[in-house]
Amino acid sequence: MAELVAVIASTHHPFYYRASTAPPEERPPFADAWVAKIAAFRETLTRANPDVLVMVGSDHFHQLWLDNMPQFLVGKAPFYDANFYNEEREFGLPRMLLRGQEDLSAYILREGLDAGFDLAFSNELRIDHSVTCPIITLRPEADLPIVPIYTNIFAPPLPRPKRFVELGRTIRQLVESWPSDKRVAVIGTGHLSLELGGPRQFGPHGPDPEFDRKAVEWIASGDIDGCLSEVTLDSLWEPGNATHGFMDFMLMMGVAGEGAKADYVDSLDLFHTMEAYFTWYPNGVTA
Amino acid sequence: MSKYLIDKFLFTVDRDPELVERYREDPRGTVAWWEAERANTILGCHSGEASTWLKFEDAEREALVGHDYVRLFELGAHPFLTLTLFIAMFERDHDEPLAFQKEYGRRLQHFSLPYPDIAT
Repeated sequence: MAELVAVIASTHHPFYYRASTAPPEERPPFADAWVAKIAAFRETLTRANPDVLVMVGSDHFHQLWLDNMPQFLVGKAPFYDANFYNEEREFGLPRMLLRGQEDLSAYILREGLDAGFDLAFSNELRIDHSVTCPIITLRPEADLPIVPIYTNIFAPPLPRPKRFVELGRTIRQLVESWPSDKRVAVIGTGHLSLELGGPRQFGPHGPDPEFDRKAVEWIASGDIDGCLSEVTLDSLWEPGNATHGFMDFMLMMGVAGEGAKADYVDSLDLFHTMEAYFTWYPNGVTA
Repeated sequence: MSKYLIDKFLFTVDRDPELVERYREDPRGTVAWWEAERANTILGCHSGEASTWLKFEDAEREALVGHDYVRLFELGAHPFLTLTLFIAMFERDHDEPLAFQKEYGRRLQHFSLPYPDIAT
């Protein structure tokens, strides 16, 4: 069976690429500290030596639209083009092409349907910065095949937080039962407190530092029950109007498991939002 | 209420560089053209199939014509779509980084939770 060699959860800040690649005179003052943190975070994936990446993210109204909106969607394609015109325009993100691990996509779809998740699929999926940001931060060579899994955290009605956790648990079971000798890492990105297009946007830090502190604690300690006891679709409006992206972190807590303490935890308080980085090694990691 | 149609306008304009410029320069003409020619296009059908029933209410049309992102927020337009398109149109008019985004937030300060419903 395949081995789950790392579980990684992260924010996906689209400004990182530009901040880290701009010429010195244009780099923002926080860029060096940010690059150093990302370099350390990247090493946590490199150490796990994965062959395949399962990438959990959320389309930001790029390919998926309100006339046909899936709640959970698995890409099943040999290749994925990546990043869109408006991400190039606003964030300076590069166009990319990633290979797909199509047999794992097929396995997750078949077994996921049988496990009670009516997963949508796409045979021609262009992925956006929710998946490419962690490629840029964690695996900039972009040389590993992926299985993209999109969640709807964006267009109500949304699945409830518990459903994200359950899907995470199922993804882990499916990766670990996949008949393959591959080493698989599951990487998912979301948000802590975040406001976009509302009165609390682009402040000196995230809109709700207290929520961020609690969120980091829930994730780092694997406190799924504590998190589920406080987080609902209604409550997530309070820390910021885009905070439903936190449910992708909850999905990753489901992958990591109840009570699973993260082996690596880091965060960075930026303007606008707090960055947070977590890695678990379900089977340890060789030194 | 046709929140869906407002979102569809923001979505289709934002993702087309020519339409972004056209909406910036001629909002009234662009909104009128879009409502007549594009509002009913079914985006998921490649062969130009169209619906027959989609149109703006007057307040929605005027908010779009007025580039009035405060009113769009009040009407329940998806805030990510509004923000993204308005950054594309107006960030260039400000000298400081994020100056437009901060002004945008300030102009929404009179809103408190719960914000207008964005469900479509």
